Formats: sequence, C-alpha cells, structure tokens
Amino acid sequence: MGLTPLETLIRRARALLPEDGVITDHARLRTYECDGLAHYRVTPALVVIPETAEQLAAIVRCCAELQIPYVARGSGTGLSGGSLPHAEGVLVVTSRLRAIKEVRREDQRAVVEPGVINLDVTRAATPVGYYYAPDPSSQQVCSIGGNVAENSGGAHCLKYGFTTNHVLAAELVAADGDRVRLGGDAPDSPGYDLLGAVVGSEGTLGIVTEVTVRLVRLPEKVVTLLVGFDSTDRAGAAVSAIIAAGIVPAAIEMMDALAIEAAEAAVHCGYPDGAGAVLVIELDGPAAEVDAEYADVVRLCGETGAFEIRTAKTPEERFLIWKGRKSAFAAVGRISPDYIVQDGVIPRTALPEVLRAITELSERSGVRVANVFHAGDGNLHPLVLFDDAVPGAGEAAEEVSRGILDLCLQHGGSITGEHGVGADKAAHMPKMYAAEDLDTMQLVRCAFDPDRISNPGKIFPTPRLCGERPGRRQGAHPLQEAGVAEVF
Amino acid sequence: MSDITVSGVTPGRTEHPASTAEVAEILRAAAAAGESVIPTGAGTKLSWGNPPTSADILLDLSALDQVSEHASGDLIATVGAGMPLARLNEHVATAGQRLALDEAVPGATVGGALATNTSGPLRMLAGTMRDLLIGVTMVRADGVVAKAGGKVVKNVAGYDVGKLLVGSMGTLAVVTEATFRLHPVPQGRRWVSVAARDAAHAAELTQAVLHSQTVPSALEVDATADGTRVDVLVEGRPEGVAGRTAVLSGLLPGAETSDQPPAGWGRYPWDDATASHVGVKVTFRLSGLADVVAAAGGLGMRGSAGVGVAYVAVPAERGIAEIRAVLARLRETAGRHGGSTVVLDAPQAIKEELDLWGPVPALDLMRRVKDEFDPDHRLSPGRFVGGI
Ligand SMILES: Cc1cc2nc3c(=O)[nH]c(=O)nc-3n(C[C@H](O)[C@H](O)[C@H](O)COP(=O)(O)OP(=O)(O)OC[C@H]3O[C@@H](n4cnc5c(N)ncnc54)[C@H](O)[C@@H]3O)c2cc1C
Repeated sequence: MGLTPLETLIRRARALLPEDGVITDHARLRTYECDGLAHYRVTPALVVIPETAEQLAAIVRCCAELQIPYVARGSGTGLSGGSLPHAEGVLVVTSRLRAIKEVRREDQRAVVEPGVINLDVTRAATPVGYYYAPDPSSQQVCSIGGNVAENSGGAHCLKYGFTTNHVLAAELVAADGDRVRLGGDAPDSPGYDLLGAVVGSEGTLGIVTEVTVRLVRLPEKVVTLLVGFDSTDRAGAAVSAIIAAGIVPAAIEMMDALAIEAAEAAVHCGYPDGAGAVLVIELDGPAAEVDAEYADVVRLCGETGAFEIRTAKTPEERFLIWKGRKSAFAAVGRISPDYIVQDGVIPRTALPEVLRAITELSERSGVRVANVFHAGDGNLHPLVLFDDAVPGAGEAAEEVSRGILDLCLQHGGSITGEHGVGADKAAHMPKMYAAEDLDTMQLVRCAFDPDRISNPGKIFPTPRLCGERPGRRQGAHPLQEAGVAEVF
Repeated sequence: MSDITVSGVTPGRTEHPASTAEVAEILRAAAAAGESVIPTGAGTKLSWGNPPTSADILLDLSALDQVSEHASGDLIATVGAGMPLARLNEHVATAGQRLALDEAVPGATVGGALATNTSGPLRMLAGTMRDLLIGVTMVRADGVVAKAGGKVVKNVAGYDVGKLLVGSMGTLAVVTEATFRLHPVPQGRRWVSVAARDAAHAAELTQAVLHSQTVPSALEVDATADGTRVDVLVEGRPEGVAGRTAVLSGLLPGAETSDQPPAGWGRYPWDDATASHVGVKVTFRLSGLADVVAAAGGLGMRGSAGVGVAYVAVPAERGIAEIRAVLARLRETAGRHGGSTVVLDAPQAIKEELDLWGPVPALDLMRRVKDEFDPDHRLSPGRFVGGI
C-alpha cells in the first residue's frame, strides 16, 4: 500500500536475491558512488549484486515496469564516469557473475560471464596455448562486461584490434528485461550486426550477461625493445619509419621526459638516463618473421637518432620495461598531488605537431603535462598535473585538458580512443559530431531502450525523444522544456 | 533502356547522383513522395536477397567513385561508395598498401561489398568489412546526411553505427562514402596446399594449422568430386615466409608450395548463381568442419575453413525438392555447430520457394532498428531478413 516505485523495487529485489545482494544502507551505498573518475560522485538509491543472469534480467524487468533507471557496473575502473550511479536509480553490479563457462581450444573460443576479470580469461586459456588479445593496462582488475561496454583497447591493439574485433557473441538483457542473443559462435550471423552496436555503447543499450570471445594462439616469439631518444620528435620519426616500412608491431608506446621521470620515481624501471622520450616496441609472431622485423626496427631506430636500444633478454627484463609503461598513470601521483588522465586520438602522422602544440599549451598556462601514449595508433594519454590545494589550479588543469581535446579534433581525431564518453565527455560530443550524427546514433538508442532507463545521461548531451519523426524537431527539446531531461 | 531488375522486380526509374548532396536531394524528394529507394553500386548483387516489395527508384551510386583521401602515413583511405574495390586497391597499392578484403564478386563496389558484407580468404588475417570500416557518410531515409565513426583507427566516441550498416542490404540508410583502415602489402606470399583423404582428414589438418604458430593469412578448404584440398596462405617478410612455409610443410605431409594461388582461390564455387545455381553460405564453429563437408557431400564446398565459413553451390537443375532437402541438411548441420545457412543468390523462380535466411535470432530488435531508421519502410523494402 502506498509504496514508492523504489520501495516496490527493493521489496522485489529482496525476494529475488540473497540478502547480501541487496544494499540499501547509506554508508555501504556510498562505496559505489564513483568509478575510476573519482571527481564525479553520486550515491545510488539501491545497489543489487545478482548471482545469475536470470536474477539480473528479473531486476531489469522490474526497473522497466516501474520506470526506474539502472546503471551497470563491472569493476568500476572506467575513466569517464560510465558507471556513475543515478541518484534515483539502481546500480547493477556484475561482480558475482564470474564464471568462465567454457574454454574451447578446438573452436578458439571462450564463453564467460560479464564480471570475469580480463586477465583471468587469458589465465584460463594459456594452459592450452591461447590468450585473450585485448589488454587494457587495467587488465588485472577490469571486467569483460566493462570491456565490452567501453570497447576497450590496450597496448597490443595496434596489431590485434580492440574488444569489438574479439567478441563474437553476447547475451544482452534488453531494457525491457528480455534476454536476447546477439551474434553467434560462428561468424556473420544473419541480420543486422546488433552486437557491433552494443560493443562500445557504455551500458546504454542494455546489460551484457554472457560474452563469447575469440582466443588467439600464443605467439612463437616475442621481442621487447626499449629505445631512448633525445626528443619526442625523433621518437615520432622512428614510429613513422617503422610503419612506413610495412611493419605492424604488436605495440609501440611512447613516454615523454616527464612521464619517464614519474615512472622512475615510482617503480625504478631503469629507463635510459636523460631521455627526452622512450619507445616501448614489441614484436611478436612466428620466430622467422619476428627476427626479420627486429633487424629492420633496430636499423630504423638507429637511423632516426636513437641513442640507446635495449632488448629484453629475459622475461624479467621484459616485465620491467612494461612495468614502467603500465604503471605510468599511477606513477604520476609521485610527481604531482593531482592529475587528469586525458584520452584523445589524432592521426598518427600529426603526432609531432600535436605534441608541440601541447607543449605550448602547457608553457602558456604553466600547467605541466606528462605524455604517455599508444604511438602506433595515435591514441594520446596526456596526464595533466595540478595541485588541488592551490586555488584555481584545478580549473586551469581542466582548461588545458579541454584544450588538448580541441587539438585532437582540429587534426581530425577523436575525443576518446578507449576510455569512453560516459558522463565526462558528453558535453564534447557536439564538437566532434554534427547534430544529425548524434541524432542518428540515438535512433539506435530508441530501438533498444525507448524509455532511456539503461544508463541515462551518459554519452549524449541531449536525449532524443523516441518515436518522434526525424528531421522535424524545432526549438527546444520537449523533454527539456518539461524539465525532465538534463542538459550538460 | 536497361533491363535491370532487383531480384526480378523492375524499378520504376533509375537515378544517377554524383555526390552525397545529390543523394540527399533525391532521398528528400522520395520521402515527400512516399517512394521506395534501392541503392546499388555496380549491380553485381542485385539478385541477392528477397525481391523488394516496392522499387520506385533504383539509386545508382556508381558515379560516387572518387578517392577523397588516402593518408598513406596513417594507413587510411576515404572513398566514394561507388568506387570498385579493385580500383581502390590499385590506388592504394602505389603506396604499398591494401584494403585487406577480397573482391568476392568481380566488379563489386565498396558500397555493395559493405551492404552485403562479402568477404574472402583474407578474412582470417584482417577480419571482414566490419573490422576494416572506421567511418561512413550516410544519407538516411528522410534525406538527412549523417556521419558515423571518423578518420582515425581508434575511436570510441558514441555508437558504432557503421557496423549496423555492414550487411544491412541497403535497408537502413544509403552509404555514400566510407573510410577504411589499410594494411601494408606483404613483401612475400606463399601458398601451401595439400590433398586430404576425406572430410575428417581435412578437419584434422585444419586443426593442426590452427594450433600452429605460423599465423596464416588464410586457411581454405576446397572439396569437390575430385577430392578435398587444404590451402594455406602465409604472408610477410621473405625470410619469415620461408620459415613458416617450412613449418607448415611439416604439419601437412605431402604438401606442395607455390607463389600462385590455387585454382578457384577466393571465388565462390559457382560461376553465375542467378542462372544456374543456388549459392549458399554456411557458417559453423571451427570444430564443425568435418560435419559441414560431409553434409555438403557430393556437391562439394569451398571456403574459409580457418574461420568457419563455407560456400556450397547447388545446381538449379536438381529441382526444388532436392534443393530444399540440401538446405535443410546444411541448416541442421550448421545449427548444430553454432552457425547459420543463408541462400545468397539463386534463380528467381527457385528463390521464391525458399526461406533464404533460416532462423534469425533477435529479429524483433532488428525490426525496431529498421523502424527507427526507416519508419515508412522505403529503403530496399523487403529484401532483408524477416521481410525487413
Ligand atoms: C589504471 C587504469 C588503466 C586503464 N587502462 C586502460 C587501457 O589501457 N585501455 C582501456 O581501454 N581502458 C583502460 N582503463 C579504463 C577501464 O579499465 C576500462 O574502461 C574497462 O573496460 C572498464 O571495466 P570495468 O569492469 O571497470 O567497468 P566499469 O567501470 O564498471 O563500467 C564501465 C562502463 O561499462 C558499463 N558496464 C559494465 N558492465 C557492463 C555489462 N555487463 N553490460 C553492459 N554495460 C556494462 C558501465 O555501465 C559503464 O558505462 C584503465 C583504467 C585504469 C583505472
């Protein structure tokens, strides 16, 4: 009698889930108030932790019936506020959906639940000689469901592609609570490639409850090089020369002097003294192929002015080279109390120009920027450093960070290469896409989730009213006028 | 006048736009007049799919055949939808690059290959259209021009609408321009071919290659009345290719190697399906290969065994009862192995007697997508799955 929709949902959730799978206690709710982008915080109205896909679907069905928004959360490592909760909504956490259901060597496939940790897929496949290729730096903690939602990349995506190239099928709990199968175990499922739309949709088209991934045969040989240059220009020239020679390394990562300083301070990775930039280059594949490429890479680095070329001779040396790179984000904490991790993309050939422009931006504003990036595909991760204790420093850093995104767009790039739009960059979407482009994307949203209850407020600065005939909208959006929709 | 038909249906008229703006103009007028529109490139696959329920305008995009941009240093190219795949590859080859997508149907354009999602042996290396496409310009049913994706390989800003258009047979929007990631042309390539005793042996050899560390660019099986062959392509640096070829020769006893592709490489096992054959595409889990070869039986099959795709040609003269039986057998087998069986092309009279697609999971959701993009069902109406 007289229960609010939320109270009704809580009652039903308690009937559906084990006791510790329903969290309403305020102090405990607060532990879910942010993801990896900690300056956005919202306490959810309710947290549920289902143990089966059936339970999860039942919760979503209740949400649909009661028109309560919900947000999926994997490991909460996202860097764009994608799993930022909704204050009147439910946070659906997948951390108990952690079964690796199948590892089938003969089919080169694994079937996993969404809460499974990325690295655990590789761990399960390695005994039969395989691995899961997409390797975000957060792979020890991030979930496959989160990877699917963000279309996550990693250092090795230059050669092997992103999550979208490795996911063959998924079960999706649609916004009405129905469970639908997208894609298949075999390639080229008949009909529209709905899976292709769901990967990278940041939880706005439903919640993925099962994922079939491609497993890749472990390479016969891996060679990792650490190459020191006096400047990022020289390092950039080396990257261009390698690509122009028709070599596709497994990875080419670049770090500038400030990023190197931070990594040294944090993990003592022993990068070359006095380097203005280092490249971490990895070659993998059949031994005969890798040996031929290696000779060329060493020659090209020498020709472009490398002052030190180090090749890992043992797994420990390889680990140390990668440790410097993979710990870069956290390491920056050693040289600055606060920092913003930016994620933008440029055409790789614009690298020298954009890096110079970032330096200028940094000098003009007095805000330090450390650069770490996937140089092979032009995905920049500038780390904008500041001290929040200094009045105005946060704002100045924000401005530099935004300026870097503008630089990416001026060069025909993207506002995000792997961290997603989430809550953080929705306001930037109109800078990258015309209103018609965003409207077209939202047609997809309308097909999957016409009531916009699945992760509302993310990706799009202005929601589209579904069912409205395209092309005829004038003036302010009706939902906006009614005060229903927020404008970022 | 031309006698072009779309699966037997004669279009009311043909329009020949030369730019995205002209396509938009035509689509706006068509929207106002409530006319149906069927986009086409070189017209090589107009006989594919179901007959359209209406065909007021055939939208011939072959004049949109320009290279807008080839940024060789960034390994990307943006081209008009009417650009023939072969011409695109000639163009980028001057910079030692290629679009790693086989021209499955000779003469096909970029837009046509995109809309039908055709692929060939190289898909084992580089995937299919969905994996190579990084951006599109499209004109919607209402005449609105929109873009999706971009010009950089890495980009997760917003939905990947381009993927929805791949294989959509012109039912969601008209693609006028596409941006692709390119790959370097390998310095060397070599084929390693071996005869298999039977279906089970072919499957055994295929598994041996799959679990090797030789990273083939393609792994095909060609089964005919004359026997079954396993063909592997390796590409790379000359020294690398030599080493990998040696390993493969060890895995495939009795194999022969060549610098030239074996007969029929990358071609469907039928010459002209529309006239004489029912052309069928079967997909399956890698471990289902032996069963699929067996189910094709005396008809034979050819395809990318290394990724789970095969094509079967059924001679039209076998008659509808036998064709239906073959289709049912293939569907049952593919279904058991997680795949599907789709009729790509067939003589019109026979096609009308067949279910071209078989079961389509998530069809309801697909209909909702169609309704959002083309609420009046005027784009290639009826040609696609479930009458979409
Ligand atoms: C130190 C560090 C390094 C990182 N390095 C990289 C990197 O190299 N490459 C990279 O791409 N990212 C990187 N990230 C970002 C982050 O790890 C990835 O985005 C990751 O995929 C998020 O996974 P998660 O499980 O933590 O997802 P969450 O943060 O919990 O959620 C992310 C998004 O996915 C949605 N979601 C979660 N589960 C589901 C589901 N089952 N169904 C539908 N939607 C779902 C959420 O609603 C949210 O929108 C890094 C992050 C950190 C902190």
